[in-house]
Amino acid sequence: MSEPVVIVGAGLAGYNLARELRKADADVSIVVVSGCGAGFYSKPMLSNALASGKTAVTLVMKSAERMAEELRARVLPRTRVTLVDASAQTLTLDSGEVLRYRDLVLAVGADPIRLPLQGDAADSVLSVNDLDDFASFAQALDASPAGRPVQRVVILGGGLIGCEFANDLLARGVVPTVVDVADRVLARLLPAEASALLQARLEGAGAHFKLGVGAVSVSHTASGLSLTLSDGSTLQADLVVSAVGLKPRTSLAAQAGAAAGRGVQVNYLLATSVPHMHALGDCAEVDGQWLPYVMPLMQQARALAATLAGKPTPVAYPVMPVVVKTPAWPTVVCPPPADAAGQWVVTSSDDALEARFVSASSSELSEQLLGFALQGKAVSQRQALVAQMPAPLA
Amino acid sequence: MKTYQCIVCGYIYDEAQGWPQDGIAAGTKWEDVPDTWACPDCGVGKADFEMVEI
Repeated sequence: MSEPVVIVGAGLAGYNLARELRKADADVSIVVVSGCGAGFYSKPMLSNALASGKTAVTLVMKSAERMAEELRARVLPRTRVTLVDASAQTLTLDSGEVLRYRDLVLAVGADPIRLPLQGDAADSVLSVNDLDDFASFAQALDASPAGRPVQRVVILGGGLIGCEFANDLLARGVVPTVVDVADRVLARLLPAEASALLQARLEGAGAHFKLGVGAVSVSHTASGLSLTLSDGSTLQADLVVSAVGLKPRTSLAAQAGAAAGRGVQVNYLLATSVPHMHALGDCAEVDGQWLPYVMPLMQQARALAATLAGKPTPVAYPVMPVVVKTPAWPTVVCPPPADAAGQWVVTSSDDALEARFVSASSSELSEQLLGFALQGKAVSQRQALVAQMPAPLA
Repeated sequence: MKTYQCIVCGYIYDEAQGWPQDGIAAGTKWEDVPDTWACPDCGVGKADFEMVEI
């Protein structure tokens, strides 16, 4: 019996890898180590759980025990890795146990970025990055520090997660206010016209926006919280949620001697710079690309499972549109590559927007679609536009 | 008509709506959706069990 494949992390990356690996290899021994409760849940659902009536309990689709049974794996919830010895191929757990591994997979995810806020309530700002966080968030919504149900929530960050949470809070009758230093929402993903329409639709549904300003401090008041913004204005709130971005967790990889940049650096085989050590999901940058979305993660899980089952398989991405779960104004975006030369061509009507990012070219015949954003009724054009895109990575 | 949810990403397949973008007409029952069909949001396959009735 060979040593196990040890997967650190029981999020979508860790569990989907385990599932794919079990499908590819009925005999390999698998261990999943999780710092959380290790119940299987869908992280994308955290930002639309309120509207769909889900709780931290009902979001769990399968318990750690059920996952262990289905995967025929050893699942260790609430367990942390304290040390990796890459030369001995062992890792030490906080339980004191030392595990040998045949291959180690880091699927540890990313930490929410925390803004350096001043004020005596800076510590009360929540981030919702996992199921435990969601439980705290849901509990805080039911009873604010002021002792009544939350009515005013400030969301720091007008990106994808910030806008999704704003939309979801509307379903609870909460008035969300989105604050961002950028002058428009989803500034890194959408063309300006699409940002403006998304904001307008969310405003129409009851959300507020304070853009072009940053949060400076959060303080307790008699009736809740008070935020001071960089333009000197203040906002009153019952709860403040931060959604300003994610930072890949690289410390375990670094301790083990693996190269890390923004994320744990891996090649197309999802291999780190250290033998028998791999990484995937939100903690990993694949050939310099960090794509913290579900579809790339699933592609990575399939490729790595095949590799670990003895058939080296580089990850190959299809065209991967990102869905922004904002029912007030459905949005799908396939951002152009960061270095792409070209421009957005936008057409819109009352109930739809279609934006195409086309290559800079003198000839219309050689014009190539490099990205797109679709909103409202135009989201039904997704597959048609996907078919016109070049594969980002073959 | 029933709805099914992708347990990986939360995508909902509604039999009443189908998914005409992929040629699945409105009213197509889940069992009649081709086994080769993949979740449009995350790419997992129908055969991978990922849809649950909600």
